[in-house]
Amino acid sequence: MSDKRFSLLETAIDVGVERRALDHAAAGAYASFEGWVRNHNDGRAVLRLDYQAYAPLAADEGEAILAEAAGRFAVREVRCVHRVGRLAIGDLAVWVGASADHRDAAFAACRWIIDEVKRRVPIWKNEHYADGESGWLHPDNTPVGSG
Amino acid sequence: MTYRLLYFASLADRAGCAEEVRDSAAGTPRDLYAEVAAAHRFPFAADRLRVAVNGAFVAWDHALSDRDEVVFLPPVSGG
Repeated sequence: MSDKRFSLLETAIDVGVERRALDHAAAGAYASFEGWVRNHNDGRAVLRLDYQAYAPLAADEGEAILAEAAGRFAVREVRCVHRVGRLAIGDLAVWVGASADHRDAAFAACRWIIDEVKRRVPIWKNEHYADGESGWLHPDNTPVGSG
Repeated sequence: MTYRLLYFASLADRAGCAEEVRDSAAGTPRDLYAEVAAAHRFPFAADRLRVAVNGAFVAWDHALSDRDEVVFLPPVSGG
């Protein structure tokens, strides 16, 4: 568990540890989002992923998103952890958690945070396919080959 | 001026390196990107990218200084 709201982690995310940061006596709700590595994308079989980040800016932009969320929603605390490095199918790639007095704000904050993280934080996904190819993904979901 | 450029994802693949130190007459990220995009045959027009200088997002007409760290950020795909 970090003292920052957003963190990049090179090792497995321990949700049980991370969610303790959300504890608050006034909170009656906790909602979370987990993004997992799936074994297919856009019709292709995926074997594993690599995530790469521009770490200093990713950390700052992630903190900014969570600070915005804390102001935008009636939450008690919000957190996000994103993996970097090599991940296997089924691994937890990103975790978002929000605690709030009531469930509506917790759900809404989680949804908003993951959408903003995907849109803004400088992290890139390289998919390794069963046919031996790999490609960096970009927002239109088109891999860009290395050729 | 001399710049330190960091490359990520498909830009690093195309450049064949994660960073380079480059002497350039370019005074803005826009001019510097045109130069390196041609040198490395980058697949993106500048309008699909964002640019950061010394760890913070800047505008494409930002005035660069000698020794700046410049990063052209391809479209992100975290999450």
